[in-house]
Amino acid sequence: MSSDTNTVSRYTTGARINHWITAVSLILLALSGMALFHPSLFFLTHLFGGGQATRAIHPWIGVVLAISFTGMFFRFFKLNLWKREDTVWIMNPGKVLNGDEEGLPEIGKYNAGQKLVFWGQSILILLLFCSGLVLWDVYFEAYTSIDQKRLSAVVHALCAIGAILIWIVHVYAAIWVKGTLRAMTRGTVTRGWSWKHHRKWLRQEVRQGTGKS
Amino acid sequence: MATLQSLDLRRRSASTEAPPQVRKSPVEVAKLIDVSKCIGCKACQAACLQWNDLVEPVGYFEGSYDNPTDLTPTSWTVMKFTEYEHGDDFEWLIRKQGCMHCDDPGCLKACPAPGAIVQYTNGIVDFVSENCIGCGYCVKGCPFNVPRISKVDRKAYKCTLCSDRVAVGQAPACAKACPTQAIYFGSKEDMLVHAEHRVADLKSRGYKNAGLYDPPGVGGTHVMYVLHHADKPSLYAGLPDDPRISPMVGFWKGLVKPLSLAAIAFAGVFGFLHYISKGPNEVSAEDDKKGDELAGGKQA
Repeated sequence: MSSDTNTVSRYTTGARINHWITAVSLILLALSGMALFHPSLFFLTHLFGGGQATRAIHPWIGVVLAISFTGMFFRFFKLNLWKREDTVWIMNPGKVLNGDEEGLPEIGKYNAGQKLVFWGQSILILLLFCSGLVLWDVYFEAYTSIDQKRLSAVVHALCAIGAILIWIVHVYAAIWVKGTLRAMTRGTVTRGWSWKHHRKWLRQEVRQGTGKS
Repeated sequence: MATLQSLDLRRRSASTEAPPQVRKSPVEVAKLIDVSKCIGCKACQAACLQWNDLVEPVGYFEGSYDNPTDLTPTSWTVMKFTEYEHGDDFEWLIRKQGCMHCDDPGCLKACPAPGAIVQYTNGIVDFVSENCIGCGYCVKGCPFNVPRISKVDRKAYKCTLCSDRVAVGQAPACAKACPTQAIYFGSKEDMLVHAEHRVADLKSRGYKNAGLYDPPGVGGTHVMYVLHHADKPSLYAGLPDDPRISPMVGFWKGLVKPLSLAAIAFAGVFGFLHYISKGPNEVSAEDDKKGDELAGGKQA
């Protein structure tokens, strides 16, 4: 084990706060949205003060998510641009799932899975925001046709399920890959973790002299 | 609370419990609106407001007899006036618009709030306001554009077919008030027989396309029309020619629900199985050493 001083800075305080606002709003949206999506989950409305309150609050949490995620997007999109090694990485799901990273190319700050999470959520949250506005009758009822509203309901449900599935992958990866969560709770990761999972990034950090010692 | 007994429930929105079935052979009711006998007096509108104790705010003249111009959270029925010119002929088509009480109600299918929309065994589709959360899904489910959400309390409203009156053996207020008996009320069976007579009569008077409007796309309705031009229902202020629940709503409330929960459950189970079969992905002492070497710092 490395001592705490043998760490590499991965996320600034601002990035971590930004991430956790996004995380909390996404979870609240999933709970309130699932409550109105499936009758067997309607009981979740109790968490939000009843059916009417859930219906009223859900879109406002969506606004928080949209703003917060926009911040995340501009913070991280450059680092998530697709590279050649990402294609190699994603073409070897067996090695990825077995944790056989020595058999995969060296990875920068984000691997292909993380990049897919990033772009997947970016697209889905944009679609969720737009379809959500169409469904927000309190303010926008008059601006769309009934068939646009019906289509939005389908798109909203499908995108939400997609976002929840990606969220499960994202959370599971953080549970499975030990030493990951501290990046978002403390802002740092160990050198060993960086070596194992993001060697190219560690090399860059060392070259730039930002890795703490 | 709803006005009929819970014994009389056939369907309940967003509920999976089986409905009570001990009471046998319920009589299905229907309202038959004979458009050819309607004189457009709006007694039905007034009776509806009066019986349900509702007040429609004073509106504006829009250059038409339609008043109000559309259904509202308080006006659950509205006369729609259409001027129909064909050749040298001119007809004034007057249709009493309101909930059709579909046998397969799209509003109930779309509703996410348990018990906010119910269908009684007699066929009446009723909104139970105390359970309504105001999401507007019923509006999306309805093929007839009937439910209206109140801007005051964000709840959905529509014709109840006077379920409270029907429960005690009375006809709906509109049928009671109609001076020309253009609105009949009784068992659906009787109404179908009566409609046959009316259609035959209209045909004998030269309306060769006269017919009954009881659209099969929604399983038939418990409000039916006798139309002089049953071949073109849309003449009557946009009455849908072939109404059915939108396939988008069917997909949303059908396949999407179980598939989504299955996908989420699968993802959870897959993750669990992966973890217990592969174990955690941990950083080895070797990795730590290599990392420290690369960073050139002190060894741990």
